[in-house]
Amino acid sequence: MTTEAPVKKDAEQKDEESFLSVFTRNLWSSNTVTVTFLSIVLAFVIGAVLIVVSDSEVLAKFAYFTARPADALTASWTLISTAYSDLLKGAFGDPEAFNAWFSGTGTWQDALAPISETLTYAAPLVFTGLSVALAFRGGLFNIGAQGQAVIGTITAGVAGFAFGLPIVLNLVVAILAGAIGGALWGFIPGILKARTGAHEVITTIMLNYTAALFLSWLVLQKGVQDPNRTDAISKAVAESAKLPSFGGVLRVHLGILLAVAVTAGVAWLLNRSSFGFELRAVGANQHAAKTAGISVAKTYAVLMAVAGALAGLGGATQVLGTAYALTPAVAGNIGFDGLLVALLGRNKPWGTLWAALLFGALRAGGNRMQSYSGISLELVTVLQALIVIFIAAPALVKAIFRLRATRLVRPGASLAKG
Amino acid sequence: MSTATVQETAEVTAPEPFWTRQRRLGVGLVVIGILAAALFGSLAPGEAARFTLSEDAEGAALSINGQLGAVLFGIVTIATGGLLFASFAKKYQNLLLSLGILAFVLSFLCWQVAGKFLPLVDTTSGTLQLALPLILGALAGVLGERSGVVNVAIEGQFLMGAFAGALVGTMATSVWAGLISAAVGGVIIAAILAVLSIRYLVDQTVVGIVLNLFALGVTGFLYERLMQSDASTYNEPPRLPEWRIPGLADIPVIGPVLFDTNLLVWVALGLVVLIHFGLTRTRWGLRTRAVGEHPTAADTVGIRVRGLRYLNVLMGGVVAGLGGAYFTLVATGSFTKNMTAGAGFIALAALIFGRFTPFGALGAALFFGFAQKLATYLSAVGSPVPSQFLNMLPYLATIIAVAGLVGRVRAPAADGVPYIKS
Repeated sequence: MTTEAPVKKDAEQKDEESFLSVFTRNLWSSNTVTVTFLSIVLAFVIGAVLIVVSDSEVLAKFAYFTARPADALTASWTLISTAYSDLLKGAFGDPEAFNAWFSGTGTWQDALAPISETLTYAAPLVFTGLSVALAFRGGLFNIGAQGQAVIGTITAGVAGFAFGLPIVLNLVVAILAGAIGGALWGFIPGILKARTGAHEVITTIMLNYTAALFLSWLVLQKGVQDPNRTDAISKAVAESAKLPSFGGVLRVHLGILLAVAVTAGVAWLLNRSSFGFELRAVGANQHAAKTAGISVAKTYAVLMAVAGALAGLGGATQVLGTAYALTPAVAGNIGFDGLLVALLGRNKPWGTLWAALLFGALRAGGNRMQSYSGISLELVTVLQALIVIFIAAPALVKAIFRLRATRLVRPGASLAKG
Repeated sequence: MSTATVQETAEVTAPEPFWTRQRRLGVGLVVIGILAAALFGSLAPGEAARFTLSEDAEGAALSINGQLGAVLFGIVTIATGGLLFASFAKKYQNLLLSLGILAFVLSFLCWQVAGKFLPLVDTTSGTLQLALPLILGALAGVLGERSGVVNVAIEGQFLMGAFAGALVGTMATSVWAGLISAAVGGVIIAAILAVLSIRYLVDQTVVGIVLNLFALGVTGFLYERLMQSDASTYNEPPRLPEWRIPGLADIPVIGPVLFDTNLLVWVALGLVVLIHFGLTRTRWGLRTRAVGEHPTAADTVGIRVRGLRYLNVLMGGVVAGLGGAYFTLVATGSFTKNMTAGAGFIALAALIFGRFTPFGALGAALFFGFAQKLATYLSAVGSPVPSQFLNMLPYLATIIAVAGLVGRVRAPAADGVPYIKS
């Protein structure tokens, strides 16, 4: 009875606090969602500064800023708002195109094309992101997603044009070939780490460039190079090995559905399977895991092979879904982008999927921004890097926005020590 | 009741395993020696391989029959391997190893050059020039990593340095202004790396990788916005002048390579000596190594761990920025998007292959530079050996080195571990 009174009093005091203030307090405390959102905002603000600084016409207006500040500010605002609205239109759709579709003057394909582009760019990033995220959870930093994706494009691409299998089977074989190629390339750093302790960060970086050089050699070889071309491009993959898509302006292909399915699979593997338990145990504390009877070496080797297979799938979707032929740059930057995606998704499977969609949207929007506003696509790389820098340093974001510290201290995913 | 009896334990010294590092290396050398003698020897045409001392085919030359040379140097490799295997002259095993690898390379060259010529001056100076950014980048890595901060952002520092050097160099029409701003460019990336990893305790590898992408994006963006449209105002920096030291420049081969060249060569070689001396002989060096190996112990004797790490990473930024200046102010004379193309990672490889020491990094950088130079030479003379495979050499060599197949590379103990004062 005596203890109840203060509790009641406490509760009454809490009730006095309005819903709004509780809401804003929670919003302003540094939870993951807030930090993620503010990181994106910060990145876009810095991006805006870059846009203005690199425009000589607007910059010239700043020369007489003290005399007529409105000139410079309006010009900057117009520049930034057109650039970013083009980014949004390119990522999610142009309202005018939707209007045209509904009023019958435009086609539904044109209206949905931006979303299709977003999904097209996102699909390979989901795979490479999952590859990095899964390895992270096991305490490994898989910088080699790029190299594994490159090997994945090679095996998938070669299987796509070399075997001439019947429909469906050809596609399945090509996708599996991509996964196996990536798995083998991922297995090398895994087994080296398990057997000799060689740090996976170093070996995977080195294997990235080895893979890229191997690809640039391979596409020039007889039997691989397109016989009708003199430049570095391979034969095109067979029609039956291409991932089915709508065609036309809608480039989105089956890869994105595959990506969602694989995300679910990875989520199950990580949270429900015994291997997932082992890898999380190893990632949390390898010595404790060893004491508990988990073979750390075996976990590392298998984990890197699985991560490699995921990145290889990313490469396969790239070559079978979008590029259709091998070139030295066919894998683009999907491995390194996957790294950012995993960090942004906080190394959780579904988080990675959302992060990949965001990056795909940025990339698709960036293309429109480049062609409509003339703002270089490289701005997207800057935005992506900045977002991840802020995500990785939540203390920095907190300091900038003076967020309150969270009471709940959640252990972050353990990152490999570099 | 029972009296504990102390068992006499005989002193047992672990017998040295038969397969010592030296023996394994010996077998390796014998294998590649046989490969060289048999394969290169049989493939090499029996024509003269000329290594000219000048820039072209004319003039004095070292000449040897290609087939004979390939076999001969292959046998030298086998011999050094045999000596290593027989545990001969244990003191000089590194010397023997270098000799064996050198003979292997010479055997390969005899095969490739037979019937043609290889200008030594051009090859040596090309090697040194290609190695320049690698030396500087690896030195930047040495500075950071010896004090416990992993620096995988060398590539980003290169790009920022190259970009800033080109931009400011053009706008100020002064190569010296360009050189200074290249260093500043490197420092900018280094400062972000330092603050995030030392102050905000973000994983250092993550920061490094993300900073590489950041630098790639920022330089690429500004390149497309400024430089591409108006190259003469923003992207035509003056080149670093070549200075000739009279007298010394007349020494054959070494003279034109070392004494008729740009300032950056001397800066790089000077920094190797300076940093080696600094690390091993000065108070700063002792403290740096202490902080890199055991920061807690260093802290208890009053060394400011974080301060020293900041200092070293920022100095590394200066050095790597100068390395970036090589690309725009020495090699090409203009900036292009992603022009470093992975050189920062080869520098990282040189750092690790050189066992985190300045002279080791120098040796590794020269070796990698030579591999690159050889790759361009071979593709120029239409060799059947694909240049891509020679370009893979730095990466594969580093994997072999870290995997401990040829003596394990050991990083400083506290490398990559943020220091939290408790």
